[in-house]
Amino acid sequence: MSIAPRKPPLQLALRLKRALGGKTGWKGVAAQIAFAAILAWIAYEVVANARTNLETQHIASGFGFLNYNAGFDVNQSLIAYNNSDTYWRVFFVGLLNTVLVSVIGIVFATAIGFIVALCRLSPNGVLSRIGGIYVEIVRNLPLLFQILFWYLAVLAALPAPRQSISIFGTFFLNNRGLIVPQPVSEPGLYPFLAALAVGIVVALGLRHFARRALFQRGQMIRIWPYVLGCLVGLPLISMLVFGWPLTFELPQLKGFNFAGGARVIPEFVALTVALSTYTGSFIAEIVRAGVMSVHKGQMEAGSSLGLSRAATLRLIVVPQAMRVIVPPLTSQYLNLTKNSSLAVAIGYPDLVSVFAGTAVSQTGQAIEIIAMTMGVYLLLSLTTSALMSIYGWRINRSMAA
Amino acid sequence: MTDISASSFVRQDLVAERAAPAKTTGFIGFLRTRLLNSPGNILLTILGLLLAWYLIIPALRFLLVDAVWTGKDRTACLTEKAGHEVGACWPYIQAKLTQLIYGFYPEAQRWRVNLTYGLGAALLLPLLMPRLPAKGVNSGLFFFALPVVAFFLLHGGGIAGFGVSWTAGLLQLFEQSIGGAGDLLVNLSKSSAIAPLLWVLGKLLVLAGVVIHWLIYPLTWLRDLLQASSLPVWSDFVVTAAVVSAVLFVLGGGMRTGGKVLIGSLLTFAGIAVGIKLMGLDRGGFPIVDTRLWGGLLVTLVIAITGIVASMPIGIALALGRRSSIPLIRIFSIAFIEFWRGVPLITVLFFATYMLPLFVPGNFSVDGLLRALIGVAIFTGAYMAEVIRGGLAAVARGQAEAASALGLSWWKTTSLIVLPQALRYVIPGIVNSFISLFKDTSLVSIVALFDLLGSLRASFSDPAWSTPTTAFTGFAFAGLIYFVFCFGMSRYSLFVENRLNAHRRH
Repeated sequence: MSIAPRKPPLQLALRLKRALGGKTGWKGVAAQIAFAAILAWIAYEVVANARTNLETQHIASGFGFLNYNAGFDVNQSLIAYNNSDTYWRVFFVGLLNTVLVSVIGIVFATAIGFIVALCRLSPNGVLSRIGGIYVEIVRNLPLLFQILFWYLAVLAALPAPRQSISIFGTFFLNNRGLIVPQPVSEPGLYPFLAALAVGIVVALGLRHFARRALFQRGQMIRIWPYVLGCLVGLPLISMLVFGWPLTFELPQLKGFNFAGGARVIPEFVALTVALSTYTGSFIAEIVRAGVMSVHKGQMEAGSSLGLSRAATLRLIVVPQAMRVIVPPLTSQYLNLTKNSSLAVAIGYPDLVSVFAGTAVSQTGQAIEIIAMTMGVYLLLSLTTSALMSIYGWRINRSMAA
Repeated sequence: MTDISASSFVRQDLVAERAAPAKTTGFIGFLRTRLLNSPGNILLTILGLLLAWYLIIPALRFLLVDAVWTGKDRTACLTEKAGHEVGACWPYIQAKLTQLIYGFYPEAQRWRVNLTYGLGAALLLPLLMPRLPAKGVNSGLFFFALPVVAFFLLHGGGIAGFGVSWTAGLLQLFEQSIGGAGDLLVNLSKSSAIAPLLWVLGKLLVLAGVVIHWLIYPLTWLRDLLQASSLPVWSDFVVTAAVVSAVLFVLGGGMRTGGKVLIGSLLTFAGIAVGIKLMGLDRGGFPIVDTRLWGGLLVTLVIAITGIVASMPIGIALALGRRSSIPLIRIFSIAFIEFWRGVPLITVLFFATYMLPLFVPGNFSVDGLLRALIGVAIFTGAYMAEVIRGGLAAVARGQAEAASALGLSWWKTTSLIVLPQALRYVIPGIVNSFISLFKDTSLVSIVALFDLLGSLRASFSDPAWSTPTTAFTGFAFAGLIYFVFCFGMSRYSLFVENRLNAHRRH
């Protein structure tokens, strides 16, 4: 007498029904066909109308325009650019400017966010109230309002170059932007960078080795002197051998303007300040919520195990808080990058401003250009959300283990 | 007896009172525990107070003490004229106030804007107070009646027909489009490798167009008859009301249970009739005010309210679609939501401004404000879908299962059991979306609409008021408006959240 359960029957038709129509079965299939027909009809209307409209307005279509000469200037570019370059190059100039302002904005926003969060969490009553007021004010004003405020009110009210506000005699702030010392590379630069890279790789290797030893054999190895040696010592040696990697050319006031140094355009300054203070206030709330989400008992349990306060924070509290902080923090970084498109309002040459703005008005090929611009942002956010789901999956796995 | 008294101790007097413990509550306690409990903390307190002092005092001086309150033009706000360092230039705000609130809306017609503001406030405030009854009627009025009334009030213009002629017109457009597609395919089949297939498909579509033409013929005939009568709007209205009420009566259960539905329908139509009569829509309505004349806070509020009202149905549909088990609908919803959430709003507005006009028939021009509204509605709808999806996920499974056990269909389960609970859970989320939408409306100033921020920026370029402090004054004023709205709404969202979580408080 076998008591093994009988295999369920194959029921191919049922499975097919399920795969095609979901829980609703054939009714769902009919709904899908109707839905697809409506979508096809809308798509047909859109394409037909677009074709007629483009013909009547004499606008070319296709991506051929990307190889034409752009013929306009861009007031900040990270790669060499002049007005006889193609639209392709304009696209990359804009993209790089977007990346630049986003990266710098993210760095400052993170710093501001963590500092404000520390203030808000501080036991000191005055500091926590100041942090709270900052967050409430900055979060409740539109970002574009803040960008325009910095650009039209604050930066425009700065003095002319001759009366620049000097910061330690190296940075100068005036209504034409921020003048900073310009780094000039010396022969020692490449050995220095190489030494730094080697140092980082060796330090990471050491850390991996030490963790393996700890987890597999329970052996504690003190590696920090060697890590310090790699990260600081190697570059120092390279500097001793090959000389300074960089020198800074200080800006000097000559006549009505500055000679030497590099000028950061005011649009960039306004955009960075507004983006980083605005996103910083959101990050502060995220960090605060993350730290407060760790139960008080975790700290107590850590100290009852005999860990020092610093070790408890480093090994127990921060990893648990980071688990809560990282996903919303990433989406704030993404928001900052998307918000950098507001540059178009003050004329900072980012992707939207030079490509979806100037290039559209010159070529009239709105469909292709706006689709490309949207594609860039879409790609960025889809990549980020894919990375975040991998992160979430890993966290879930480690929690389940 | 004496032994006992000698060997034992009996207290003869009261114990002296101990000093009260250090106070840890109230202002003194706050001082002791949070401000001055250690040398480091004392230092931080002093630093914090200094920081506050150097920020608050100059701000107050600028806004109140050094401010100029009266004047005719820029000279009043110059240091030479005022005799002291000049702070805020309030006469500038007085001069530009109407522009910041109404834009260039004609002065004689501004009562229409004020009336719309009043109607909106009168419908919104009771909706926000959880104690007040009749939320269903109230939200119906706010979400359906107000937008239509506001359109005819703000924009003006009347109607030429009603339900019958609108339906007939739409169906005729559909029929022409189908027929056009069929003709195109037949033409295309002359120069294609899969000619027979295309020819058959094209002929089928043409046939479908002809069939639709004859199917809707009674309707178009009725439309023409009604339009030829002496009172086209009213005759059309009566026919529509009769037909819709009758259909609802039958659907509602006929003589048995349909009475209530019938009364509701008739009351709604009576309300619509009163609206048409009051605004004189059958006689051309109010004079038309072109949307290019709208501006300031009016545009900001119109975009924010339309955005939130239009995004609700879009969001509900997308959220349900994303949870659906039908593959195509789920995939479409996911793609739609992720696409619009993945791009910045400004590119959406560019899309709506530059691309959308290319997608509609050439003879059909889309108003600039309407383009921005469409972009904002789609964008907010995608975000709203995610908010509502959170609410749908929060409704316990057992609710839907119990409803199916009672024999309710999917539509009834969703609309009567699941959605009402889900929407209650996400009220804070909806308010938060509204806050970010309200802030995002400022972006329309980039596509040449003059909202509050756009009007403010335009007013800076007026040479009659160009002083060193004009920009700061303008930003202070507009910032105050934005802050009051956003801060108020965020407090309201906290209030609702606490109410919803009342059972979890301890």
